[in-house]
Amino acid sequence: MAGRAETAAPGGPVGTRRRLAWRARTRELRFAALLLIPSIIVVFGIVIYPILRTLYTSFYDVNSPFPGSYPFVGFDNYTQALGNPDFWSAVRRTAYFTVVSTGLELVLGLGIALLLAAPLKARWLFRSIVVLPWALPTIVNGALWRYIFNAQYGVLNAIFTQIGLQNHYHAWLNSQTFALHAVIFADVWKNTSLVAFLLLAGLTTIPRELYEAAKVDGVSAWHAFLRITLPMLKPAIVVVLVLRTIEAFKVFDIIYVMTRGGPANGTQSVALYTYQQAFSNELFGYGAALAYLIVVFIAAFAIVYMRAIRSEDTAMGW
Amino acid sequence: MRPSRRYRIFIHVAAVFVSLIFLGPFAWMLIASISSQKELLAVPLDWIPNHISFERYHEIFTAHGDNPFANFRSALLNSIIVASSAVAISVTVGIYGAYALARLRFRAQRPLLLVFLSTYMVPPIALVIPLYLIMVNLNLLDTRIGLVIVYCTFTTPFVIWIMGNFFRTIPHELEDAARVDGCTRVGALFRVILPLARPGLLATMLFAFLVAWDEFLYALIFTSTTASKTAPVAIAEFAGRFTTDFGLQAAGGILAALPPVLIALVFQRYIVSGLSSGAVKG
Repeated sequence: MAGRAETAAPGGPVGTRRRLAWRARTRELRFAALLLIPSIIVVFGIVIYPILRTLYTSFYDVNSPFPGSYPFVGFDNYTQALGNPDFWSAVRRTAYFTVVSTGLELVLGLGIALLLAAPLKARWLFRSIVVLPWALPTIVNGALWRYIFNAQYGVLNAIFTQIGLQNHYHAWLNSQTFALHAVIFADVWKNTSLVAFLLLAGLTTIPRELYEAAKVDGVSAWHAFLRITLPMLKPAIVVVLVLRTIEAFKVFDIIYVMTRGGPANGTQSVALYTYQQAFSNELFGYGAALAYLIVVFIAAFAIVYMRAIRSEDTAMGW
Repeated sequence: MRPSRRYRIFIHVAAVFVSLIFLGPFAWMLIASISSQKELLAVPLDWIPNHISFERYHEIFTAHGDNPFANFRSALLNSIIVASSAVAISVTVGIYGAYALARLRFRAQRPLLLVFLSTYMVPPIALVIPLYLIMVNLNLLDTRIGLVIVYCTFTTPFVIWIMGNFFRTIPHELEDAARVDGCTRVGALFRVILPLARPGLLATMLFAFLVAWDEFLYALIFTSTTASKTAPVAIAEFAGRFTTDFGLQAAGGILAALPPVLIALVFQRYIVSGLSSGAVKG
């Protein structure tokens, strides 16, 4: 804005020009402050303050929701979490969930993105169908799959028995090994849809000429995919990987509705473990420390994410 | 260049296969919602119900008193009220902040921008404990107002982020032209920028609504009765019971899925371009 103020006083004495520029900048600042006050009040009041408050709480042994003086315990809550085998098995489980579901969503989503971009008849119809799982609320999705996997009345047992794949009904969600995979399956079914659309957006930015040139040079479709599509899609793939990893690491809803973390903690994620410690056991200080451990992980990932999108210069970077 | 016949057959078969996998569970939910409880509990399962009835939907919309149907209706209503109020407040508050951060140049801009953008990434679990302690002390647990305030913790940063991105795409020349014509900064904002931002605003509101509609963790912690319980909480509770009326659960699921599914279908173009411009939070 300073530049514009200067042109307002062409050839004027340097002092006047500087004063005008300063005044313009002050006016700009005042205008910005006026516009920003509501956002600052809301964001600082209900987001920044609670984040700092969580940090504060994590250093105290807060064991009831009521105000009072609780003993300061320093880093005890953190060392307690880091020394707790339950915490570590929740971390391992969450990492497994994150890697497997993100990996599957990426591979399947890429296939569906290629289909969405392919010259299909009734393409609009296919697009509308693919958007459906994304639109389905997470809890409805979880409840639906819980019903499908139900031991007595579930559709999965009915299908498998009717086509002769099994001769007795399985209690899928009560099986230590199967339950986590059932949750992953339900998550993949829903989120592959989102991944496909994110990758489709990347696909549409690849210039057609590249493929035509490759065809002229006699390059096979598979090689064109490896040499053109995948490299050109890299920014979109990075975005998908990081977004999905952050989301998956926070997984709570779908596990809560499908298994409540059971059987015998077989599907308990870090977020679910934190929720149970804080709200079922009223260990708010310990829960706050757990929450901060999650934040540290996500912040690390968010930084990688910001770097990735900035360096790739996609439309998402500020 | 015409694609080969084999390729065309392959992509169509693949598209049909994918469609069946995506539509199957939806179809089953629809069938379950209009089948009788007896047929749903039959072993072996009858796929096509002999007798269909829309009774459950009718009950949800008309039942009175304390029963699962009426409770589910109030949960849907709470979801609508809470999600729309949070979006309305966040848009009113956030749109000016987004404009200032995206279009004005002032000293604290960079650090402020960074703080605002990082709030967009904060996981709910990091806020929920102090928010809970605050709500207990303000007696706002299990109220819609309490939940609206809590929902603003993610809808407001969301609006600031997405609208900021959108404001940056509007050419500076338009604003400059308005100012040359004698508009003040405020005048240019209201008469030029905001009208141009209308499509972006609509997309932002739809997305924020979808995110709020889908929200579960906060609703689970902050609500406990029909006074404020939202549809996801009602469905999760229902699914967790030992004996469940699967048909009612399915009908409730269909009704809770209806607003986002309709929004996704009607505004497909916005959604697809919104997804690709970063308007996603999962």
